[in-house]
Amino acid sequence: MSFAQAIGDWHALAVLFVAGVVPNQIWRMLGLWFGGGIDEGSELLVWVRAVATAILAGVIAQIVVQPPGALASVPDVLRYGAVGAGLVVFLLTRRSIFAGVVTGEVFMLAGKWWLG
Amino acid sequence: MALPPLDSPQWNSPWRAFGWGLRSITQTILTIVLFVTYLGIGALAHDTHFSLLWALCSTLFVWAGPAQIILITTLGSGATIIQSAIAVTVSAIRLFPMVVSVLPLMRTPTTKRRELIFAAHLTAVTLWVECHRFLPQVPRERRIAFVHGLGCGLVSVCLVANIVGYFLAANLTQTLGAAILLLTPLSFLFSTARNSREVADVVALVLGIVLYPLAAKMNSGLDILVSGVVAGTIAYGVHWWREVRA
Repeated sequence: MSFAQAIGDWHALAVLFVAGVVPNQIWRMLGLWFGGGIDEGSELLVWVRAVATAILAGVIAQIVVQPPGALASVPDVLRYGAVGAGLVVFLLTRRSIFAGVVTGEVFMLAGKWWLG
Repeated sequence: MALPPLDSPQWNSPWRAFGWGLRSITQTILTIVLFVTYLGIGALAHDTHFSLLWALCSTLFVWAGPAQIILITTLGSGATIIQSAIAVTVSAIRLFPMVVSVLPLMRTPTTKRRELIFAAHLTAVTLWVECHRFLPQVPRERRIAFVHGLGCGLVSVCLVANIVGYFLAANLTQTLGAAILLLTPLSFLFSTARNSREVADVVALVLGIVLYPLAAKMNSGLDILVSGVVAGTIAYGVHWWREVRA
């Protein structure tokens, strides 16, 4: 990888600023300014948190259903199976993130190896 | 490692408090979860053709894993800047209540707002969780320095993970590259599930996953927003219904 490749183009960095940095810092700085007056348990914030969680869930689904890059080389059944197996172990181990992630990875790698 | 007692002279210097914060990253499993997540983000950035500098800047200046992944996947799959910005803005709203609830832990009667700007920037889900755990063991007048140390430590771990993930994705075999990309959905699914304490959170998570493939069939370019708002609103409805009945 050359130096220029590591830097990339300035347009992409400008997009990062507009679509990534500003939307995040706005909420942090609003929290800093108006922190005192908001009730953490207010109904609006409950709805906002639910929508934010569901958006993140959608992104998790998107990566598994329409996989990017190298992940696209893994057959559908193995990707879904890996998430399912990880989830079962996560629940069985009283919500161990580590056990769930390791199980999902092992399932996918073992399946790849077994399928050849 | 145990933090010194509250009345220890160890806390006299803000720099030492910073150092204790920095060292505290070794005291939590969440550091490993973050490392794995940011390994995945580095690999994801590589495979969706973003530069290494771009990935590192996103970690430094966005500092919110979910937002970074939403940004990379939406831009990488051809969404417009506006669509990505809307999805990221909505995902980032969760930072607002976090900042609101965490800053009072560090504030003293003489604290000026500008002294809290960096701590507000460092606030994301991991720091928020760890502040509630560590700060009661830190003298109030040293808490800002402690949080700066803790936050800088976590950011550094994530920057290293980004670099490692980026180069692994570039140089590994296809199968191992796929394994690294799979880290992202797995670690986010399980860490979000772990943080879901209320029924509304669980409903939002499950429905958000189930509804996305349906929304994607409509090909509106706003798939994530459509499934997110619908699933989140239904989850809120469940919450509201339980409150009314209770």
